[in-house]
Amino acid sequence: MAAEPAIVVRDLLVRRGGVDVLHRISLEVPAATVTGLLGPSGCGKSTLMRSIVGVQVVASGTVTVLGEPAGSRSLRARVGYVTQAPSVYGDLSVRENLRYFATVLGTAPERVDAVIETVGMNAFAGRVVGSLSGGQRARVSLATALLNEPPLLVLDEPTVGLDPLLRRDLWGTFAALAAAGTTLLVSSHVMDEADRCNHLLLMRDGHILAAETPRGLRAQTGEDDLGEAFVRTIERWETEAAR
Amino acid sequence: MSARITLATAARVMLQLRRDPRTVAMLLVVPCLLEVLLRYVLDGQPLEFQRVGTPLLGIFPFISMFLVTAITMLRERTTGTLERLMAMPLGKLDLLAGYGIAFGAVAAVQAGLTAGVAFGLLDLQVAGSEWVVAGLAMANAVLGMALGLFVSAFATTEFQAVQFMPAIVIPQLLLCGLLVPRDDMAGALQALADVLPLTYAYDGLARVTTGGFDSAALRDLLVVAGAALLALTLGATTLRRRTP
Ligand SMILES: Nc1ncnc2c1ncn2[C@@H]1O[C@H](COP(=O)(O)OP(=O)(O)OP(=O)(O)O)[C@@H](O)[C@H]1O
Ligand SMILES: [Mg+2]
Repeated sequence: MAAEPAIVVRDLLVRRGGVDVLHRISLEVPAATVTGLLGPSGCGKSTLMRSIVGVQVVASGTVTVLGEPAGSRSLRARVGYVTQAPSVYGDLSVRENLRYFATVLGTAPERVDAVIETVGMNAFAGRVVGSLSGGQRARVSLATALLNEPPLLVLDEPTVGLDPLLRRDLWGTFAALAAAGTTLLVSSHVMDEADRCNHLLLMRDGHILAAETPRGLRAQTGEDDLGEAFVRTIERWETEAAR
Repeated sequence: MSARITLATAARVMLQLRRDPRTVAMLLVVPCLLEVLLRYVLDGQPLEFQRVGTPLLGIFPFISMFLVTAITMLRERTTGTLERLMAMPLGKLDLLAGYGIAFGAVAAVQAGLTAGVAFGLLDLQVAGSEWVVAGLAMANAVLGMALGLFVSAFATTEFQAVQFMPAIVIPQLLLCGLLVPRDDMAGALQALADVLPLTYAYDGLARVTTGGFDSAALRDLLVVAGAALLALTLGATTLRRRTP
């Protein structure tokens, strides 16, 4: 593991709709790892990711990404971001979407076919995105972030609703990217994906409850099942908070 | 700003328009049909047709570009593609200019076709130059586009975006002098008309209809262009990289 973390968040406070959504949280994401961001619906995963990418208005605190303040101009070509809802043009074909984003990113057009292959969409390359299923659309959205091979990928629930085989392949791709030096922050609320991560951030109600490796989390809680380990962590955190 | 990204954006918008031939057909055919309708509604008053035919021709692009831009930008905002683009190395000007080129081309074809029908088939006449009519029509198109971009920030659904049309366009149409000469209106309304951009668009078009291209018409053209630029700047400020 490299010494310098890819992402450093300090005392991040985010308010949305007049409510505190992230309560002065601090965390680090080690470089060249797959870090899983896990937590129940509404706990603030997407908000944290938006803050890291620099599209979220934050109330206070600092977010440093690849050594620079989040949202810096120079980071825009170095951070790949996949929003939770697929964000691609429904009236363009898969290939047309990717060609456009490749031009915006200044990437060689050959990458378009390579990423279509990675997300297993070869058979649909010419199809208009609006006529695809939700999971297929999500794959096109994911492919977009892979185009320019950025050093940091922020992926908001990229594998929801995908067929188990493809999900396994994609996690394999994530691991290979991390092995080659890319940092990945991947959110999920499926516990069986936690085991595929090198590092875990457990979140609840806008707080970070634990930042551990899967092995460390098991050792800490004495639970072999990561889902159970998460439940133990929540319980312990709540008794501590009550005190 | 990058020429590569601007042109790619223009090409992408064109491609999206091509996927929607019905909208393109409506954009191009409806103004022509409305000119024909106007011609026969005013069959008994040919002078009246000569008076309003040209101003109306120059105002169509304003209305269509307002609607098309408001809806397309709202879609970019609600489907998350704008958020994605804002996280990419794309300048706001690249996006605006890309849309401007694509929609401007459509506006030019629209104005050209409508003018062809009106001047060629319906015997509409202008004392001044048709090129000035074209210039004013294009300035109106950019103005409509800029206002559409601006209101798209305040709409959360396409229904709302469409409702901005009667709210923003119709008062300007009523006040600009097309229906009733402004001199016959109440003083407060005249003052209001004086600060609305469509008033100058109408004045310029009316001047070209009856006379040549003089300094007054040039002033009108400049006011419309200035208003378009101002609205575009306002619209650009609604393209935020960070949102709440
Ligand atoms: N645009 C918004 N305006 C106001 N509040 C919002 C907005 N978006 C999200 N929130 C609130 O912020 C909190 C965190 O939302 P967020 O989307 O970050 O959760 P999440 O962990 O990503 O959930 P999920 O797993 O369902 O995607 C929630 O309570 C949500 O209601
Ligand atoms: Mg989310």
